[in-house]
Amino acid sequence: MTEVSTSSGTAENGVNVQALLDAREALKSAPEAAQFTWRASSKWQNGVHSTTRVQNFYGLGQEQSHKTETVFDADHPAVFAAEDNGITPIEYLLVGLASCLTAGVASVAQNRGIQLRSVESTVEGQHDIRGILGDPDVRNGYNDIKVTFTIDADATPEEIEALVAQSQKRSAVFDALTNPTNVTVEVA
Amino acid sequence: MANSWRHERWDSLRLLTPNWQTDLPGYAYAGPDPDGYLTAVEVADLIAGYAAASAAPVRTGTAVTSLRRTEDGYAVVTTAGEFRCRTVVLASGACNLPSVPDWQAAVPAKVDQLTPFDYRAPDQLADGGVLVVGASATGVQLADEIRRSGRPVVLSVGEHVRLPRLYRGRDVLWWMAASGVWDQRFDELDDLDRARRLPSPQLAGTPERRTLDLNALVADGVELVGRWAALRDGRALFSGGLRNVFSLADLKMRRLLSTFDEWAERTGAAADAPDPYAPTGVPESARLQLDLGSGEIRTIVWATGYRPDYAWLDVPVLDGRGRLRHEGGVVDSAASPGLYALGLPVLRRRKSTFLYGIEDDAREIVGHLAGHLAGHVAGW
Ligand SMILES: Cc1cc2nc3c(=O)[nH]c(=O)nc-3n(C[C@H](O)[C@H](O)[C@H](O)COP(=O)(O)OP(=O)(O)OC[C@H]3O[C@@H](n4cnc5c(N)ncnc54)[C@H](O)[C@@H]3O)c2cc1C
Repeated sequence: MTEVSTSSGTAENGVNVQALLDAREALKSAPEAAQFTWRASSKWQNGVHSTTRVQNFYGLGQEQSHKTETVFDADHPAVFAAEDNGITPIEYLLVGLASCLTAGVASVAQNRGIQLRSVESTVEGQHDIRGILGDPDVRNGYNDIKVTFTIDADATPEEIEALVAQSQKRSAVFDALTNPTNVTVEVA
Repeated sequence: MANSWRHERWDSLRLLTPNWQTDLPGYAYAGPDPDGYLTAVEVADLIAGYAAASAAPVRTGTAVTSLRRTEDGYAVVTTAGEFRCRTVVLASGACNLPSVPDWQAAVPAKVDQLTPFDYRAPDQLADGGVLVVGASATGVQLADEIRRSGRPVVLSVGEHVRLPRLYRGRDVLWWMAASGVWDQRFDELDDLDRARRLPSPQLAGTPERRTLDLNALVADGVELVGRWAALRDGRALFSGGLRNVFSLADLKMRRLLSTFDEWAERTGAAADAPDPYAPTGVPESARLQLDLGSGEIRTIVWATGYRPDYAWLDVPVLDGRGRLRHEGGVVDSAASPGLYALGLPVLRRRKSTFLYGIEDDAREIVGHLAGHLAGHVAGW
């Protein structure tokens, strides 16, 4: 019920919160500009190895581009009789979740004037692989995901808990994993 | 008279605000039970009594069908003729219609659907499971009484405001009033938009002054699931983020209660020792989907909130989301000089939507209105 002050005090976590708050204000009158399209293009290599490239996206009403292209290799490990040229696709979800929540913790901390010294987390996803091997009674995806944060900051344990709770509330990847999304897969 | 309290509330509803707080201007509760909670019928009688005592010129059974600008004011078209006036106060309420998600239309036909406007009592429901959607004041109250009727109840929980009924021996609303929370002004809040969207607290007014939080409901046998996120192929899909909505609500409650402790310490107010409370218990594994075609759920009760009905407003004062544009109850003054609103969430104070909370707002709004009639250009 009580609002947390948005004055950033003297904390310096390297997040430009003012820019984010300004953007939120600006987008109120221009909701079209808030429509982003994120893209990735993937190419099969061999076996279950693929390479996915990410560079361009669309937002603020025009084409945008990352400074450089990033290339991700996905494969399966040797225990799956694969060559292990990269992490498994489902592990990429953990990368997305951890990095999104961490970014959220930093932004919320900045907004609340909390100085962070270190933010570390481990993510564990429980996965029963009988699903992908065809067992109809087991789901293909994760059953359960657990993220554990260890945070050193100028804040009470309760304030730290609130940071982590708020970062989930504002996380795109947390939302994408906890809520269903329409997915269309088609052949061009 | 008191139409919303006579016709739009379920049978068992009592106010969640205690009687000592239920005072209209110059017309305070004078009964024997200041700590009790009025029933809906008693509220309706209270309002009727107030109308008689104040001799206000009420035209009952008269609906406004259109409000539009004229040269020097407004034309108000009603089912009993047209009125002209220079100023208008919209006091048509914040809760005229149920707010229900779009996919409601795609729910399988064999599942009955009710909103709080249709719901009266459990015996009106088919035997079998009930899915109550929304866990704010309405949802927790209905889930509780439907569960007590013996029906299995699944409660879908999104963000919510958890509160104990009593804290340190007093009504939690006493603490909020005494420590100044309800009087916080709209222009002092950091995030007014958020304050206006805050759901109602998980409170019920019962003779036992019972706390009706999610732990109490689970102890009664209510099953909790996450926020209803989508309906796909006849299956309700619930969010897996339940644990976090619990954390958020627990943290906010803890923060609020500690502001009461600080206030008591500062002012030396007499109070019992702080009560311990358990965190909201996280279910071992909450279901993520429910097949609405299976027959498990016979009825869905939408306790997903309320919204005002402005269909009769022929003045361009709504924003893109259909909300009234106003500054502390002064409706968008360029488009509509002399148009005011009362009784909307955090209109001028946190208490603005409570029966007792409208008085201070009304005084200020009427002050502005009088200035407008006198030709002053008033600001705040
Ligand atoms: C389920 C529920 C429980 C609540 N519990 C509490 C509580 O415990 N304590 C508390 O203080 N508050 C409670 N409230 C809030 C409560 O609604 C307000 O306190 C109070 O009723 C607000 O009064 P109002 O006159 O602003 O609005 P309302 O009571 O909604 O009255 C508005 C009136 O305007 C009429 N109207 C609307 N449109 C038109 C039109 N076009 N023409 C003519 N007439 C029109 C309606 O019919 C209605 O009679 C509760 C609300 C709900 C929905």
